[in-house]
Amino acid sequence: MRARTAATAIAGPPLVLLVAILACLPWLLSDYELSLALHLLSYLTLTVAWAMFSGTTRLVSLATSAFFGVGMYTVAMLVKLMPLEAIFAVAAGIGAVLALVVGIVTLRISGMFFVIFGFGLSEMMRQLMVWWEINKTFTMGRYVRVNFDNTMIYEHLLGLCVLAFAAGFLLRRSRLGIAALVIGEDETVARQVGIDVPFVKLAIFVLSCVLMTLVGAVMAPRFGFINPNIAFNPLISFQVVIMALLGGLKRLWGPILGVLPLIALSETLEVEFPFWYSILLGLVFMAIVYFLPRGAVGLIDDAWERLGRPMELPRGYTGWLRDAGAGVARAWAWLSRPRTLPGGFTGPIEGWAKRQWRRLVPEER
Amino acid sequence: MAMQLIEVVIGGVILGGLYALVAIGFNLQYGMARIVNLAYGEFLMGAAFAAFWTFTLLAVSPILSLALSVPVTFAANWLVYRYLMAPLVRRARDREQLEGETILATFGLLFVLRGAATLAFSANNRYYDYLGAPVRILGFTYAANRVLAFALACAFGVAVWLILTRTRFGAALRALAIDPVGARLVGIDVRGMSALAFAGGGALVAAAGTLVSTFLSFNPAIGIEFTMKALVVVIMGGVGKMMGSLVAGLLLGVAESLCSFYLDSGLTLAVAYALFLVVLILRPRGLFGTR
Repeated sequence: MRARTAATAIAGPPLVLLVAILACLPWLLSDYELSLALHLLSYLTLTVAWAMFSGTTRLVSLATSAFFGVGMYTVAMLVKLMPLEAIFAVAAGIGAVLALVVGIVTLRISGMFFVIFGFGLSEMMRQLMVWWEINKTFTMGRYVRVNFDNTMIYEHLLGLCVLAFAAGFLLRRSRLGIAALVIGEDETVARQVGIDVPFVKLAIFVLSCVLMTLVGAVMAPRFGFINPNIAFNPLISFQVVIMALLGGLKRLWGPILGVLPLIALSETLEVEFPFWYSILLGLVFMAIVYFLPRGAVGLIDDAWERLGRPMELPRGYTGWLRDAGAGVARAWAWLSRPRTLPGGFTGPIEGWAKRQWRRLVPEER
Repeated sequence: MAMQLIEVVIGGVILGGLYALVAIGFNLQYGMARIVNLAYGEFLMGAAFAAFWTFTLLAVSPILSLALSVPVTFAANWLVYRYLMAPLVRRARDREQLEGETILATFGLLFVLRGAATLAFSANNRYYDYLGAPVRILGFTYAANRVLAFALACAFGVAVWLILTRTRFGAALRALAIDPVGARLVGIDVRGMSALAFAGGGALVAAAGTLVSTFLSFNPAIGIEFTMKALVVVIMGGVGKMMGSLVAGLLLGVAESLCSFYLDSGLTLAVAYALFLVVLILRPRGLFGTR
């Protein structure tokens, strides 16, 4: 307990300072750099939210873009009716309800159903929205014109990101988070030790989905024009899974290691090879699954462990002498070991006589 | 009204036959080879494009293009199993871990294949006119290509059923579906058989893709929808249960057909999901699930 508080106390002030510096960035960066920062922060928050659920319970969620899209579309539909902050609250509510419904139906039964359901959820939401737009509102796509510039988006995203990290940090130290880890290790054991498995999964799932929905809502003004194909883009789910896996799921800060290189990569790819983007991203993803199953965090942990392992000390020339000495000692031991003497031709007869004697006079036990 | 309903239901059965074929292929991969292949629908898309190009460029009937796309997809899927899935099978500790890892790996494969197809064929919708003439069945009219697709889907389904129930090979496959460890103990080459089952599933989806292309317009992004439907049907019918896939596939076809008649044709996936949910709530192990 004490060590933990000490670590928190040491790490706390620099982190607060870091957040303060990050909060000042919009006034220091150029427009391009700011938009890059938005891109980065939105994915970082999504990935942290994803890892919060999937990293602990080990249930792969492919539904990120569904929730992101729900947030985005809520803003697009309500932007003319309400102030933006109120819409964010509504979006969070809708996200929570959707997550609850999905979770209650699928998480109770089996992990497989959850994955399948998530896989198609965003496609279904897209179809539903297209149908709604064509038949009910007779539009295809909406403009989000609102007084909410990139700086505001950035500050909101930063807030969400800090919130996501804080939630992840607290979760890792709470009974709920530890219960989720146990479930991820072995669900049967979790049930045996009295963890309410469906409740734990559901609670963390809803939390993570609300965060994703909020990211979508905050990013909506950034896109300006929104239609179902933009909002419910399966590539978002895909990228978030890649980033989380590349970073590794064991540590809270793993997503940072995944998001930074992949955003850099995707920026380059989109500029240099726009048509190859999906293929290359798929290949990168497969490479991670096959060769880096524990992510960058795994590599760092391995290196750290190697550093912490007791080292083989150099033995110098006396080492050889000791080896030679040990050899002599072994030879001496071999020579002086007790020996059975050869029995000669009387040996078998003696043995036979002994066996007969034993038969007559059984050995006392 | 009643007549109309019958017409819609028959139309649904015709569509459902195709879904059943897609699902049976998926069931071979998931139920027997134990691989959750999210890139499954991409092979359907590939076969559809193969049929499209052979028809428009070479004026070859799509039915003949089956002779090309089915063996090619069979071989491609065998290679996928042999070189991409086998390492995961080897390193997985248990079935759950294997499912998780194959989902991830094939999710990557999905984007590779779809990206390649978009690059090669562009994202445009494609359509070609083959046997669009109407046929009359029981006094109702249907497009000839749909009926042909249904007939061929039935033929493929019966072939699979005969192989599974009447041959030693099929018996080995069924043993694999029930218990891979036990199958190994009685001397079945689990890895080789799994590879063949996986490839067979791929061959079926290629056949389905060719048939789909005769009556639906398609683009490189079409695969994911069919993968979804296959997953839904397989889970509904019970994993490893071919008869379950057949019934659930027909059910899905009829439900979709009713939906597009009474509501809107753009809501098919929503219907699939609704059906999936109802079945899951009533019978969490699937319609034909036993455990």
